[in-house]
Amino acid sequence: MVRRLIRYWAIDTQLVGLVLLLTLFGVAMIYSAGVLNDPSPVTTGAWMRQLVWLAIALVAFTLVSRIPLRWFEWVTMPGYVFAVIMLAATKVIGTGAGTAAGVESFIDLGFVRFQPAEFAKLATILALARYLGSRADEPATLKDLVSPAVIAGLPLVLVLLQPDLGSALAFIGILFAVLFWAGTAPWLLLLLASPGVALILSFNTLIWSGYFVVLVIFLYMYRYRLYLVESVSVFIANLAAGTIAVPLWNSLAAYQQNRILVFLDPSVDPRGAGYQLIQSMVAIGSGGLTGKGFTLGTQKRLDFLPEQHTDFIYAVIGEELGFIGTLLTLITFALILYRLVSMAEQAEDPFAGLVIFGILGTWLVHIFVNIGMTVGMVPITGIPLPFVSYGGTFLLMSWVAVAVAARVAHEEP
Amino acid sequence: MKAHHPHRRRGRAKFATGIIGLVIGAIALQFFRVQVLQSSDYKLQAESNRLRLLPIPAPRGTIYDRNGLIIADNIPGYAVYVLAAPRDSMNVSLRRLQPILDLSDPRIEVLEGRIRRNLPLLVDVDADLDAVAALKERSNEFPGIYIEMRPKRRYRSGAAIGHALGFVSEIAADELATPRFTEYEQGMLIGKAGIERQYEELLQGTRGVRILEVDATGRLVGSFAGREENPSLPGEDVHLNLDLPLMEWIHSIFPDSMRGAVVALDPADGAVLALYSAPTMNPNDFVGGIETDLWNELSSDHRQPLFNRAVLGRYAPASIWKLATAGIALDAGVVGPTEVMPVPCTGGITILGQYKRCWNPDGHGFLDLAGAIANSCNVYFYQLGVRIGLDRMLDAGTRLGFSRRCGIDLPEENPGVFPQDRNFWVDVFGYRPLEGEVLSLAIGQGPNDQTPLKMAQFYTALARDGSAPAPRLLKGTDPTDSWRLELSRLAIEELRKGMRGVTSPGGTAYFGTALEHWEVIGKTGSGQNPQDPERPHAWFAGMAGPWGGEPEIVVVVLVEFGESGSRMAAPIAAKTVDFYLRRKYGIPIDTIQTLAEHYAAGVLAPWARQ
Repeated sequence: MVRRLIRYWAIDTQLVGLVLLLTLFGVAMIYSAGVLNDPSPVTTGAWMRQLVWLAIALVAFTLVSRIPLRWFEWVTMPGYVFAVIMLAATKVIGTGAGTAAGVESFIDLGFVRFQPAEFAKLATILALARYLGSRADEPATLKDLVSPAVIAGLPLVLVLLQPDLGSALAFIGILFAVLFWAGTAPWLLLLLASPGVALILSFNTLIWSGYFVVLVIFLYMYRYRLYLVESVSVFIANLAAGTIAVPLWNSLAAYQQNRILVFLDPSVDPRGAGYQLIQSMVAIGSGGLTGKGFTLGTQKRLDFLPEQHTDFIYAVIGEELGFIGTLLTLITFALILYRLVSMAEQAEDPFAGLVIFGILGTWLVHIFVNIGMTVGMVPITGIPLPFVSYGGTFLLMSWVAVAVAARVAHEEP
Repeated sequence: MKAHHPHRRRGRAKFATGIIGLVIGAIALQFFRVQVLQSSDYKLQAESNRLRLLPIPAPRGTIYDRNGLIIADNIPGYAVYVLAAPRDSMNVSLRRLQPILDLSDPRIEVLEGRIRRNLPLLVDVDADLDAVAALKERSNEFPGIYIEMRPKRRYRSGAAIGHALGFVSEIAADELATPRFTEYEQGMLIGKAGIERQYEELLQGTRGVRILEVDATGRLVGSFAGREENPSLPGEDVHLNLDLPLMEWIHSIFPDSMRGAVVALDPADGAVLALYSAPTMNPNDFVGGIETDLWNELSSDHRQPLFNRAVLGRYAPASIWKLATAGIALDAGVVGPTEVMPVPCTGGITILGQYKRCWNPDGHGFLDLAGAIANSCNVYFYQLGVRIGLDRMLDAGTRLGFSRRCGIDLPEENPGVFPQDRNFWVDVFGYRPLEGEVLSLAIGQGPNDQTPLKMAQFYTALARDGSAPAPRLLKGTDPTDSWRLELSRLAIEELRKGMRGVTSPGGTAYFGTALEHWEVIGKTGSGQNPQDPERPHAWFAGMAGPWGGEPEIVVVVLVEFGESGSRMAAPIAAKTVDFYLRRKYGIPIDTIQTLAEHYAAGVLAPWARQ
């Protein structure tokens, strides 16, 4: 009876169970992050606020998961337009908040502060799924990728202006994940990504040159599957990205380069080079295999860890629960992602599968960038860890995403 | 729709699963590297992150006088640190401490220059109790400030022993650069002068280390606070030959308005019983950093209170040198102990082609050595000088160390000025000396300047058998003879007889030196000086002991511009030896000591009629 009730509520017990486990684990870690030698009111009560948000999220889950998928399709376009307007509005009436005080990503509704970017992610996923799901064939040419790129690019540019690099990366993740599930050939996706790759690689001339040779060979090999104009535009885009980047960067003074880095992400480096990264790695590394014990992390307690209840929550996990704790958390994430893949695989409805992959794309970017930055795999970017980091809107929208995914599973036989 | 055919879906799902596995696997691998493979490195870093090592100075060794009385010990003091933190916040802390610790702007600048990453900054080695109380009370307002109780030097007798003892103060940057102090660190207290400097390594002890746990803002936290990891080892105690009550006594009797020095040695082993320089300074003023006003006052005072006249001041020895001339002559065998000089003193003498006057125009007549010393007859000593000859005089004076340091165990001592050979005149004055230079040297004039300590060492030889050990401040060191005069017992008796003539009835220093219990013998001198020709420096060099016994204390008193050796210097010497010997023999101290004082006080001195 109880099991049936749970099944009825959760719809997909595996996904919801894993996510709920992770969220409660997150609340525990947020509680631990507040256990400091010199407690601060911001972090001490955060776990209780997170619990309240979890309650709200569970209600939202219950409601949203009862909404037929078709309804989502109907509200997709108005929802997307609304999200874009909200994002644009943050430039005018937005405020910073909490640990992201330098980023104007919140809209203050008086009783609660709301992050439009989180809503925009879901809206963009739906919009992309709607667009690609309604197409007869998979995107086969670069031209076919232009419209999806614009759908994802519009909110991307708007969050970049806030400036919120983390959310911008999430939109890229959504775009590629959805395009992939829509059947886009991987080589086309690579071509789409190539100007970005060129921009990054251009900081080393030798590597960039090698990359460019590979690109030209690639374009030659696929010459019959591309329009000439496409090949040429990919070539030009790569050339432009590669050649402009270096002189552009070098023409700047060191303080200007720093300013740009700070512009991209203000949370980087507030107290000397790499301070956050060093402190995070020291905390994680000193956790060792088994960790220092729940709430007992010394680096955390003594406030060496930056942003320990939000962006660097994983460093607290690493310090207190050790490699065993981080590995188990990673496995949980992997299981959740794998569950999403399975659900998408079983979805007969293209729209349903695409929505699930959009969600998967967001979460994968969030997981990789957030966890990766705590151990120096990726540059430090203000991006939260789904279900674990403190943050109301993000938790709510993540759970709404779970609800959408669960609904998809429900509607598929 | 081909793309969403189940077969295609399965293929993509596998691909996606592969990507997810790759991403999660890469992260897991990196965590394995950081948390398992490199964990020990990070654990070490975590420790250094939160633990601060604070060096704990060892309590400095106690300094005792010869009687076991404490000269210098330690009392609790308070040191204020700014714990290691980013430079900016340390600067802010300093500025906030400034009004409370009363730090000057230049001092703040010095301290700012000393800020080093990961090192606590010692702001004040000796904070006032009021300031400490204020800081403790408002500790929330001062994160990163650490107050530590640490031993603070105290000099019990203050000014009386200032010059001999020296003082401790924070090590200076240029000292840190010297090889001697390579083990030392900024902010440590070290001996700056005197005994404190000389026996610095003994007294310092071994520092301990205290482990402090701090948070990211540098605030002290946790159970680690104050745990002493390596307790400090106190410095060794130092026992000195100095007689503390005697030093205090000299300090009390030396005329406040006068400048000069008193040196008292134990002839038995060259032990330094007293080493006093006036005006003096109070070493307690230097502990924990001297106040700028006081320092300016001390260093600009024309009386030079920081100058240790006993070992650094060089003065023309004048007539007290005549004993040296006599000793050299006896040692060389150019005069017999009781031999009468053939040419009598008639108020002057023509010698080596020039006419030289005696100080007494009436003349002294025929004199033997003792008589010449008693009367300080220049005419006799001119003749003695000629008998010695210039070269032998220079050789002997050099052998007796009149151009060298005595080798006292103090960081600073000036060598005397005395020509080692005839080239001295060429080098200094630009002419070759004639034999006649010996005339000036024989009566303690000419190119001859000696420290009070050196003259005391010379008189020690006369109080012994002609040998002179190096003066020692540290107790228990074996006396090492630095030189010796070959004097027969008779010769020494005759020399002492001459000195007795100075202090016995009829002698110039009789009233100022005659004591009830002890026999004082010695020689007065008036050192001409270029600064004030009207007022020579007053010397008295002598020795004292029980009546009919051997001398037990040698004393030299110099009073700058004191005019009269017998009236100014001799009474100080007599009162010094009286105090020392009375304490030694258990006779109660009386402030009315010399015959002159008895008369001045209207007290009969029946003992003086003997």
